[in-house]
Amino acid sequence: MEKFKTFTGIVAPLDRSNVDTDAIIPKQFLKSIKRSGFGPNLFDDWRYLDSANPLNEKQTRKVNPDFVLNQSPYDKAEVLLARENFGCGSSREHAVWAITDFGLKVVLAPSFGDIFYSNSFKNGFLPVRLKAEEIDSLFNSVESRKGFKVTVNLEEQYIETEDKEKFSFNIDAGLKERMLEGLDDIGLTLNHAAEIREYEQRRKKITPWLFKEVSA
Amino acid sequence: MAKTLYDKLWDDHVIHDYGDGTALIYIDRQLLHEVTSPQAFEGLKLAGRKPWRLNTNLAVPDHNVPTVNREVIEDPISKLQLETLDANCKETGITKFDMFDERQGIVHVIGPEQGASLPGMTIVCGDSHTSTNGALGAMAFGIGTSEVEHVLATQCLVQKKAKNMLIKVNGRVGKGITAKDIVLAIIGEIGTAGGTGYTIEFGGDAISALSMEGRMTVCNMAIEAGARVGLIAVDQTTIDYVEGRPYSPKCEEWDLAIELWRDLKSDKDAHFDKVIELDAANIEPQVTWGTSPEMVTSISGVVPDPEHEKSDVKREGIENALKYMALKPATAISDIKIDKVFIGSCTNSRIEDLREAANVVKGKKVSSDIKLAMIVPGSGLVKHQAEEEGLDKIFLESGFEWREPGCSMCLGMNPDQLEPGERCASTSNRNFEGRQGQGGRTHLVSPGMAAAAAVAGHFVDVRKL
Ligand code: SF4
Repeated sequence: MEKFKTFTGIVAPLDRSNVDTDAIIPKQFLKSIKRSGFGPNLFDDWRYLDSANPLNEKQTRKVNPDFVLNQSPYDKAEVLLARENFGCGSSREHAVWAITDFGLKVVLAPSFGDIFYSNSFKNGFLPVRLKAEEIDSLFNSVESRKGFKVTVNLEEQYIETEDKEKFSFNIDAGLKERMLEGLDDIGLTLNHAAEIREYEQRRKKITPWLFKEVSA
Repeated sequence: MAKTLYDKLWDDHVIHDYGDGTALIYIDRQLLHEVTSPQAFEGLKLAGRKPWRLNTNLAVPDHNVPTVNREVIEDPISKLQLETLDANCKETGITKFDMFDERQGIVHVIGPEQGASLPGMTIVCGDSHTSTNGALGAMAFGIGTSEVEHVLATQCLVQKKAKNMLIKVNGRVGKGITAKDIVLAIIGEIGTAGGTGYTIEFGGDAISALSMEGRMTVCNMAIEAGARVGLIAVDQTTIDYVEGRPYSPKCEEWDLAIELWRDLKSDKDAHFDKVIELDAANIEPQVTWGTSPEMVTSISGVVPDPEHEKSDVKREGIENALKYMALKPATAISDIKIDKVFIGSCTNSRIEDLREAANVVKGKKVSSDIKLAMIVPGSGLVKHQAEEEGLDKIFLESGFEWREPGCSMCLGMNPDQLEPGERCASTSNRNFEGRQGQGGRTHLVSPGMAAAAAVAGHFVDVRKL
């Protein structure tokens, strides 16, 4: 995973609450066995006026000009501004893969679906919880000024608008460190290998049935 | 100190406490399906890692499988995904039930059915409805694909401990009211984000009175209330259900197990961060009208008017939903006509659900206005049992299709999908836009209500049919 660095980027407003992962990446695109290539189908049902034919690689899609990510300069946005409960619904990590593949790096919202939130960190994508009033104020700024930019500083935990307004945010220390350092989660856990084995030995005595292997 | 059931399950599985609210916890069982596992196996391989403990994992294909003819999978991309699961399980040596095995079914149905999911376990799967298994008194939750890889490689996960919520459903439900109505009523009350950041324990007399199947229906939809984990305390109903299942403990281990399991309930004085109480007697048959499970009302209700909503964001949400659903404010729910009926999914495809639906349609015919009414059992074993009880004949005679087990039209990754504009009475768990097929319109209901709607051609109160 790449290290997360401070950057300044365009904010795209998505003014809907409860945006679910089925909307972020509809099920017809979950059949891939790869991690990449989901970007063109991000928000597919909203972004296009026709249906995708996943079997036809040369298909040209009918773009919905009213959808925000199809409009300039939002097609180059790096920050998504959203409403409450963003990413609710299924556990599909494909939702995060689609978002990052599109080029987004951060999403700002008052709240997130829990699994989406944790999936984001595994992919270097930063979900930031801000207060509802702060989100309202950002929507006002973004909607009155196209191409409105914010700076995202994870190290010091703040978002700064081009009007020099600053919003600080909370994040678990562990998650922050992993993002900033681009650490390998599995490698970190394997540092505890001895503790894991010890736990297994202890549990084997108390709950031996959990160590019966399932077999066909 | 008095502990909640969740506290007990959590404490039992902590390997290392990071001191910031997160801990490394041990995972007893991982269930796998074809959609969210390929990239995890790929990642494992690329990093040159091997599964930490092979046979804590159990794999099953369910999302892409055809429900008519298993021999033909027309979509080459679906086919590749199924073959990839095969290949990955073969290569690593993970146990898998294939499509032609009677034990195959929806992953959340087969875990409990096989005794692969047991009380006191931590259970994960790359699928949000893993919460279903919490009905057994297990800490079960959905994870992303990176976490699937993490569990394969380490048998552990780094998790943040959630807060404790208790939802008490007091008293008794009326006749004809099912677990599905209870959980939809709960979501209507607390909203789809109401449980975010919490583990929800469901309690109260109305919950204790439910069968295991009913409890699984309730915990299945905990995630629809925003909670990753839904839990129900272990009691005699749990123990009777688990006894004698293929992977359940046997002999002395069984005695040892039930002794430990009897403690899997919240202590009397345990602290909950939030307690919500509902009166079971007030719950009526539920029907969703919108594009989020919280957009729900009872069969005697009407479609709401966005004008009455004060919050701008909520009003717009209702307007968007009504537009997508092609519904007008103040329409009586019982006036909504439907095109298709789907009885299945990990919410409502167990034997009890099929019995409930069969009871309603017995001796009646599916309305001629209905284009398709289908029953998709949750597993091959459920199908088998239903056939032994003669339920398949009841369904076939009334005009339902009787299919092979799988996720089917719950999300339509296989050919079972709604056409744009079609309206469906569905026993599944999500009514999101496009969930059952692009442009399709989903109304979530109980199996009895879906069956009643099939007969009437529109929603009706199953208690009056
Ligand atoms: S039945 Fe539906 S909700 Fe359940 S696992 Fe399958 S697709 Fe997911």
